[in-house]
Amino acid sequence: MLQMIIVFVLMLTGALLMLLAGIGVLRMPDTFLRMSATAKAGTLGAGLILLGAAIYFNDLAIYTRALAIVVFLMLTAPVAAHMIGRAAYFDGVPLWTGTVQDDLHGHYRRSTHSLEADMVPLPEQVNEVVEADDYAEEG
Amino acid sequence: MNDIIWSVILALISLALIAAFIRLVRGPYLPDRVVALDLISVLAMGFIIAYAVRFNQPNFLDVAIVLALITFLGTVAFAYYLERRV
Repeated sequence: MLQMIIVFVLMLTGALLMLLAGIGVLRMPDTFLRMSATAKAGTLGAGLILLGAAIYFNDLAIYTRALAIVVFLMLTAPVAAHMIGRAAYFDGVPLWTGTVQDDLHGHYRRSTHSLEADMVPLPEQVNEVVEADDYAEEG
Repeated sequence: MNDIIWSVILALISLALIAAFIRLVRGPYLPDRVVALDLISVLAMGFIIAYAVRFNQPNFLDVAIVLALITFLGTVAFAYYLERRV
């Protein structure tokens, strides 16, 4: 009985966090903010649901599998989010209008895909703005 | 009582799946869609695990392992493609 209560609490918390990730990805104003919702809330929700499954089955083989999935998720989620964020920024996806600070602005050279300490010449930035709407849809 | 709680858990994850799918359809940029796909696979993993516990089928956890592995590779491939495309 106590075991089922713990399982239900863990699973409900995990499901609520997953719903939070879904609402975040739908309502956040900008690609990078959406990514922050999915990477954190999604991973924590999956981890809690896995923990609930491990406690429910209460078997060494299941504990090992659940631990393997949780460790793998926590290793790969930040790496994947970093790679998508990097690609999105370099691809010219606009930031939210309320963004306060953009440290990379003007330091990325499009022709060589490299970051530089000095400011990159202006024509490349104009080029970036023009290409940014390349595949934007209406609505 | 237990049936109601299980229905609530699966319904919450399904609502999250619907929200992520709306973002996948609406875009507006390709990275947004990649993020939504990534979230959809994590949500599907959670749904499979909850289903495995609900119907007492521990073998379904292997599906979750495979899904976690493939999702990461797919996301990295999309990111690499996005970065080299411009």
